[in-house]
Amino acid sequence: MNKMEKALHELSEMDDLAAQDSPIHALHPLAKLLATVAYIVTVVSFDKYDLSGLIIFLLFPILLFQLSGIPVRTCFYKLRIVLPLVMAVGLFNPFFDRAPLLTIGNVAVSGGVVSMFTLMLKGILCLMAAFLLMATTGIDKLCAALRMLHLPSMLVTLLLLTYRYVGVMTEELAVMTDAYHLRAPGQKGIHISAWGSFLGQLLLRSMDRAEELYSSMQLRGYHGHFHYVAIAKARLRDVLYVVGCTAVFILLRMVPVAQLLGNQVVR
Amino acid sequence: MIELKHVSFAYEKDAPVLQDISFRVEDGETVGLIGANGAGKSTVMKLLLGLLSGEGDILVDGTRVEKATLGEIRKKLGFVLQNSDNQMFMPTVYEDMIFGPLNYMLSREEAEARADAALEQLGVSELKHRHNHKLSGGEKRMAAIATILAMEPAAILMDEPTAALDPCNRRVVINTINSLPQTKLITSHDLDMILDTCERVILLSGGKVVADGPAQEILRDQALLEANRMELPFCIAGERRG
Ligand SMILES: Nc1ncnc2c1ncn2[C@@H]1O[C@H](COP(=O)(O)OP(=O)(O)OP(=O)(O)O)[C@@H](O)[C@H]1O
Ligand SMILES: [Mg+2]
Repeated sequence: MNKMEKALHELSEMDDLAAQDSPIHALHPLAKLLATVAYIVTVVSFDKYDLSGLIIFLLFPILLFQLSGIPVRTCFYKLRIVLPLVMAVGLFNPFFDRAPLLTIGNVAVSGGVVSMFTLMLKGILCLMAAFLLMATTGIDKLCAALRMLHLPSMLVTLLLLTYRYVGVMTEELAVMTDAYHLRAPGQKGIHISAWGSFLGQLLLRSMDRAEELYSSMQLRGYHGHFHYVAIAKARLRDVLYVVGCTAVFILLRMVPVAQLLGNQVVR
Repeated sequence: MIELKHVSFAYEKDAPVLQDISFRVEDGETVGLIGANGAGKSTVMKLLLGLLSGEGDILVDGTRVEKATLGEIRKKLGFVLQNSDNQMFMPTVYEDMIFGPLNYMLSREEAEARADAALEQLGVSELKHRHNHKLSGGEKRMAAIATILAMEPAAILMDEPTAALDPCNRRVVINTINSLPQTKLITSHDLDMILDTCERVILLSGGKVVADGPAQEILRDQALLEANRMELPFCIAGERRG
């Protein structure tokens, strides 16, 4: 297996996760989507120095991992490529923001360090929430939920087709890379002089494919209206889930729980 | 059912692909459309489906293929593409199958019933909830055929239905083709398959219909086939040698 094929295999594992059965999987996709959005908005809204307030928000993904039976390991393994990027976002903060914010023992911690950790945590939390949404819902239901929110049909269709064809394109790229390496033994990677024709080929191939795909849609009566999977009607528990989650998030945003707990312990 | 009258077509000026082609396919007939690479077989199919338009008249069930009638025509003709990946664009087989029926204003229950019936007919019900990107080549082809059957077309066009299939899956597809009662127009370089499925063969070459007649006659005519860059089907060649 070359790298591309491995990537392909990993992608298809997401569907297997989404096909599992758990109380979280059984929730209405729209409920999960709304709760995730509420979560992300709340997390992002925290002040850049409010690390202690944010920590309690780890509970939500941990709880979801537990309830859905999706291993935390899988999540971090799949996110291993984006995680460093997210981590890198706040990397320079300590250099710019040197004013001491607090002291632990007799070490002064600057605002930059705190804000760096806050940013990292925010990134990780949001990624985990998004991963959990995807892993417990599946792309088809997610798209249906997005349409329920009246997101433009064009965008949602694009998302759906991208997901379907990422694999096919990767396969194509894998074949091209293999073909390249067979005729360029001992070379690491693809020489920069071949990048242009590589990308050009890929573009041409995808255009051909897109054209055929579109005819296939037209031949089956497509007139700009896409049908998504049918989703069962929302039940009480779905409503409760959204309302409950949102209420808890707002509450935790307003009340500095970690600080209160800390004060209790110190006293 | 299908009639071409003096049809000509060119992708680029001065390079005609089809020149004055005429033939009829009767109701319930299974016809093989053969010819060397680039003979224009796929082009004929695209013209029939109104994906391309050229000169001359094309009639499907007495209706002329033109812009205003495309919806009606495409409801009657099911097209199994050569590349099943391009045909199956939804995440799962089942969603793909109900895509067509839903577009033709069927209710979800009706569409689902049709999908189930088509899968049952082909004996591949286990594919229903599988993800398209995780099917093998043979499974993809069966799923693609099922997708088209779910639209209940009056005629089915197939472009290279056995390309890239192993012998076993090829046999399954051949048996499937033979079990379908619809009118069928099939293109292929697999002449043994054409011999197994079609009673009549149309031979395209140089943009013209060079021969049109019973499969047994044309596919046994070594001189004719070789003159048009083709060979005898293996089973017949073997018969003669043995
Ligand atoms: N999009 C296009 N633009 C320009 N020329 C094309 C296009 N598609 C096909 N052709 C040309 O038209 C001719 C007929 O092509 P067509 O695909 O119909 O052949 P075919 O009989 O299906 O061949 P094959 O057996 O290889 O599938 C070929 O010479 C081809 O080069
Ligand atoms: Mg062709």
